[in-house]
Amino acid sequence: MGYEQLWQATHVEFLAAAWATLQLAFGALVIGLIVGLLVALARLSSSPTLRRLALGYIELFRGTPALVQLFIVYFSLTEIGVQFSSFQAAMIGLGLNAAAYLAEIYRAGLEAVPKGQVEAAKAIGMPRLKVLRWVVLPQALRIVLAPVGNVAISLLKDTSVASLIAAPDLMLRAQDLSAVYFMPLEIYILVGAMYFALCYPLSLGVRLLEQRSRH
Amino acid sequence: MAESTPLVRIEGLYKCFGNLEVLKGIDLNVQQGQKISLIGPSGSGKTTLLRCVNYLEEPTRGDIYIDDELIGQRLVGTRKVPMGDKQLARMRAGIGMVFQRFNLFPHLSVLENIILGPLKVQYRERAEAVALAEDLLDKVGMSAKRDAFPEQLSGGQQQRIAIARALAMRPKLMLFDEATSALDPELVGEVLGVMRKLAEEGMTMIIVTHEMSFAESVSDQVIFMADGNIVEQGPPRQIFRDSQVERTRSFIRAVQEH
Amino acid sequence: MFDTSALHKGIELLPYFLNVLGMGALTTLGLTAAAFVVAVLLGFCLALMRLSRSRALRLIASVYLEILRNVPILTQLFILYFGLTYVGITLPAIGAAIIGFGLNGAAILSEVFRASIRTIDRGQSEAAFSIGMTRALALRLVVLPQAFKVAIPGMANFAIGLLKDTSLASAAAVPELTFKARMLVSETYQTNLIYFLLAVIYLALSLTLSYWAARTERRLKVVKEN
Repeated sequence: MGYEQLWQATHVEFLAAAWATLQLAFGALVIGLIVGLLVALARLSSSPTLRRLALGYIELFRGTPALVQLFIVYFSLTEIGVQFSSFQAAMIGLGLNAAAYLAEIYRAGLEAVPKGQVEAAKAIGMPRLKVLRWVVLPQALRIVLAPVGNVAISLLKDTSVASLIAAPDLMLRAQDLSAVYFMPLEIYILVGAMYFALCYPLSLGVRLLEQRSRH
Repeated sequence: MAESTPLVRIEGLYKCFGNLEVLKGIDLNVQQGQKISLIGPSGSGKTTLLRCVNYLEEPTRGDIYIDDELIGQRLVGTRKVPMGDKQLARMRAGIGMVFQRFNLFPHLSVLENIILGPLKVQYRERAEAVALAEDLLDKVGMSAKRDAFPEQLSGGQQQRIAIARALAMRPKLMLFDEATSALDPELVGEVLGVMRKLAEEGMTMIIVTHEMSFAESVSDQVIFMADGNIVEQGPPRQIFRDSQVERTRSFIRAVQEH
Repeated sequence: MFDTSALHKGIELLPYFLNVLGMGALTTLGLTAAAFVVAVLLGFCLALMRLSRSRALRLIASVYLEILRNVPILTQLFILYFGLTYVGITLPAIGAAIIGFGLNGAAILSEVFRASIRTIDRGQSEAAFSIGMTRALALRLVVLPQAFKVAIPGMANFAIGLLKDTSLASAAAVPELTFKARMLVSETYQTNLIYFLLAVIYLALSLTLSYWAARTERRLKVVKEN
């Protein structure tokens, strides 16, 4: 069977799995963006306990593999009575993982805003909250856009790890179909091409953002 | 004085950077042993002209001959093709350049900076290269710093080392690209002193500079450039004191008002 | 809520767990080191290709990069594994893993190398050219020695990422840390304790690696100052 025929036979299931992958990545991204913000705020807070907790979170999630984190969310939590589906566990695990990286990105973005801007705004009598809202955040937002884009691309690729806890993503579908058609190489190449089709446009977009932010 | 073949022959040199025409047709000869100063306002093209001589800039049109050899290009029949990297490197080895920002190699000591060329490009023996380097260090007055690293030296010291580095290749021609423009004023003199000594020893030199009194005292010919053209060329006295060209005179006046 | 008798049993088995996981950790480190070497060598070649004056070489390198960076590494490992068997090469799983991680790592490192070369001021190359060096010589003697120091943080970050990614080799039954852990779990059902140990060991490994990289970078700076 050639690639053409293989695609004909499998594309419905693959496209469904690709959709699941996209949902997984998107859900994880949302979780990551929100939790990451919380962690970043804790990191920058005036309470030393909060700061230490945030640092601990970041070190933990950046110092251990995503796969291990998924195992713990999916398998270990059952011992305390929490049972997520593999899809949920994957989304939560990947989201918490992304949060650690996003927290640092937020922090770098905030710190990259030139201090002179803040001082100038304060000098004209702007209250702190308004300085944050109108001076710091818009600039920080522009700075973090590209790195956040990169995290999104990584998330898309990391969803493949979810297959190892049997979450219904593209890679799992590929495993199933390999058993049906006995053409593992062709199937995984097809899946690789699908991932490429999803990630490459994002990569191009991020690169455009990076070039624009340099001016 | 007999008119031998010029060491440097520039014919019909044009250089454009995109839409910007920086050199608009330069013809220039430099005889062996001559000291030529290029002066003019910023953007006049003098640095670009200098950098074309050792082909750090590629001319848009025109030919440059070093010792009667075309640089950067080869003639294949009647066509001109780019010169190979090895040949270009060989020609450049005979031309020394001193940069405004010195460009010493920070990962090497002073001595290593100077012997690098003789060692790796001319394949000289290490003992020979070191002896040459120490000789040059003495000449530029930097013997004490032979094992120092560039970041430990002042600008004037670094530039003197840079001159020694260029001289270590025994070039037949030295190019100076605003060698003192990046120096604190009190350090300019020590570098000019070295350049003056070099001039007195008979080195052929093309000097782009803003140091007018230096240019006047050291040069055989002064070339005033503006807007990509040579406005006036002649002995120092003509350019600095007796110019009949208004553009030249207003520039000299403006410069001397400081 | 917690099953205390199981916890006791788990603590009894601790030495056994640590022994098995210790072996797994050695495999993980070996796999990481081997893949790192492959990635550095290949990544260096790729970086030179991207900086070359030949459009063909630049194109090949770019295509390689784009493909490897937009496909998950797990997929790449599977493709390599099955691809090798198709061509008739039977490699032990760990061999395929080294090659797979190495090929992927080369793509990542080539960007690190290329970026670090570009941080070196153009004046350095020009000075090298002006004393008669060819492009190759200037690269080797002037640019690369300086670029290497700049590349160290990037290489260290890559190494730590690689260490974590080797956990994916467990899918191919490579007897590294994660695989051993899963084995132990199916053997003893001590899920919490084992995965806790797993996380701690990875954390210890990656923190040690970061610390060692930071120290190496600092030492190189000091050496220069002398």
